Formats: sequence, structure tokens, C-alpha cells
Amino acid sequence: MKVLNSEELNRKFQEKIDNDIKIEPNDWMPDAYRQTLIRQISQHAHSEVVGMLPEGNWITRAPNLRRKAVLLAKVQDEAGHGLYLYSATETLGADREDTIDDLHSGKAKYSSIFNYPTLSWADMGAIGWLVDGAAIMNQVPLCRCSYGPYARAMVRVCKEESFHQRQGFEIMMKLANGSPEQKDMAQDALNRFWWPALMMFGPSDDDSPNSQQSMKWKIKRFSNDDLRQQFVDATVAQAALIGLTIPDPDLKFDKKSGHYIFGEINWNEFYEVVKGNGPCNKERIDARRKAKENGLWVREAAMAFSAKRAIKKSA
Amino acid sequence: MTNKDWPLWEIFIRSKQGLNHKHVGSLRAADAEMAVENARDVYTRRSEGISIWVIESNNIHASDSSDADMLFEPSNTKVYRHPTFYDVPDGISHM
Repeated sequence: MKVLNSEELNRKFQEKIDNDIKIEPNDWMPDAYRQTLIRQISQHAHSEVVGMLPEGNWITRAPNLRRKAVLLAKVQDEAGHGLYLYSATETLGADREDTIDDLHSGKAKYSSIFNYPTLSWADMGAIGWLVDGAAIMNQVPLCRCSYGPYARAMVRVCKEESFHQRQGFEIMMKLANGSPEQKDMAQDALNRFWWPALMMFGPSDDDSPNSQQSMKWKIKRFSNDDLRQQFVDATVAQAALIGLTIPDPDLKFDKKSGHYIFGEINWNEFYEVVKGNGPCNKERIDARRKAKENGLWVREAAMAFSAKRAIKKSA
Repeated sequence: MTNKDWPLWEIFIRSKQGLNHKHVGSLRAADAEMAVENARDVYTRRSEGISIWVIESNNIHASDSSDADMLFEPSNTKVYRHPTFYDVPDGISHM
């Protein structure tokens, strides 16, 4: 076999990417590509898992059995999505245990949206509608990401997630058409989640130094600002339809571009939450850490049980 | 002991009677029975399957991707293995 030098390997790699040929786990890839993917996919996995907490908060208090079954199914999906994504990081040689410990130590990040509290039932609506809506906008292009296992995981995630946004919108619609108190609740949830949802797309393109390389590698297909614009354009009409008001006095439709122009995002808040100073950062990480520690005996018992079962079988 | 000790399993699902089991992903489980139970929870929540195979990832042996040319290139030149290689005169049917 001919041994290629790293320049040739890099060239061949980029050629594959340019021709839309997927990269699979055993293929040669530049170390920076591998590290970028591990960082991005593990953050994505953490977001799915931490994302269960704000919603889990309302499972026992869902207003009726139908809503409870739906919320339970949604939260269960998020757990599965976390699993698909952790598995994808393992195909890159990342150790799952280390990946999770990085979350607990604060080294790894997760979506900042989950550091906001869920104060009322309407927040379940706002999260499904806005947070899952924004996530879907981010995730659909990832189905075509250059790394095979990540792309395949995203196809599955997107398929499952399509009901998440609908169930959230349904909750909002119901509340918005309900009593004045219910409508206020819905509006209040929208007020609190609108701006954090816009922040989910990440820093503005000018402040997103890694974006360009990710685009070249086809990990990313659209810029943060493009996706954010797409989200605003889609969501404004939905809010109007159910009689809720987007909490942005500067929001207006620009006929020339065909897009909505929206107000300045409070990036200071964004960076503070990312740094760990959001309203619930500590609570979220504490919950995850406790889950791991308290589950240790279960994991050990499962191994002991399987060893016992193996002995019985061979006897 | 940590989660690390739970082996990795590859999951294959038969989506309906008459079709192959197909690889859908992987998960960690203490043993094969637990792997089947977890696969049922993770990969068949929306009627995706009627049968599950689990295989410990360690037991899968794969071809080396750097050998791909050596292994698969030769068949590209053997076009005579495909029916379209042959001329069939007009008027011949069922061939």
C-alpha cells in the first residue's frame, strides 16, 4: 500500500468533502476535524440530556393525562437523542465517561437555553414551540453533515422531534384561546423565552470564529445569523395567528428583503449564561452530577447481575 | 466500577417481516438481555421494528478503510458481470 504524506491525506480528505462523500469513523481525518466534531456532538448530547430537566420539572404537574403522556414521551425522546449523540462521539474515539465528566466539571458546554427556569405550565408550550423550533432549524441541515454517524443520528432525531414543536404550539394555542389568565400565562412564557431562543443560534457571524472552518468541512451548512433569520421569519406569523405578541418593539417586516428586522440581542446576557452565571446553571449541573452518583450502585448491580446470570448459564 | 464497564452493543432491527435486520445504532448495556431491552426502548418507540439483534461491538470485524481500493476497485472493471453489458437483439423478450 502506498503511504500518503499528511498533505496528500488532507487534500484527499477535502476532496471527499467537496464531492459530498461522507466521512466514516475509520477513514482518515485531520485531527482538528475530529476534535471539532467531538466538541460539537458532545455539546449537542449534553444539551439533549440537560434539556430534560426543565421539562421534567412539569411532568407530575401536567394539567391532564393527555398532556402528561405527551410530555413524558417528549422527555423520553430527548434521552434517546442524547444516547444517539454520545454514541456518535464514541465513534470518534471519545470516551463516553470522560465526555460526561467534562459536562459535570464545567469544561464542556451545553445549550444556554436550558439554564432558564420553567415557572409555569405555559413554559412547556414555549419550550416546545420556540426551543424545539429553533433546535429543528439547526438540526435539519445537520442531517447532511459530512460526518456519517452524526448525520445519521440527526436524521433520526429530526424524525422524532417533529412532534415536539407541534405539541408545544398546541399548548400555546390552547392557552392563548383560553381565559384571560391563561392567555397572560402564554404571553409571559413567550416574553421570557423569545430572546433566549434567538440566542440558541449562537453568536453573530462576525463573532463566530470557528464557523468558517466548519462550513468548509460541511459540518455546518448555514451561518448562525442565517438560521436565526429563518427562525424569526417563520415564527412571527405563528405568534400572530394565536394572538400573541413577540416581545420586540423593533420588530418589523422589511418589504425589500422579504425578512423581518428584529431588535438587538443582549449578547452580554448570552455570554454570562454561557460562562455559568445564568439563573439555573448550578442547579442543572448539580442535578446531572447527582444523577450519575446516585445511579452508580445501579450500574454496578447490573454488572454483578449479568456476571451471575452468565455463571448460571454456563453451569 | 463505572459505566465504562458496560460493553458497547451494535443494534440491528428488522423493520417488518420479510426484510433484513439493519444496523440502526449502538448503546451500552451490562449484558445481551439488557441490550435487547434498552434497544427496544431506544430504537423501537414508534413501531420501527418487530425483531432486534444485538451484537457486542467487540465481536464485529471490519475491513480496513485504507484497503478499500484494493478490495473493491477490481470489481469496477468487470462490467461483464452486469446484464446491461450484453447486447440483446430487438424482438427477444424474457431474457
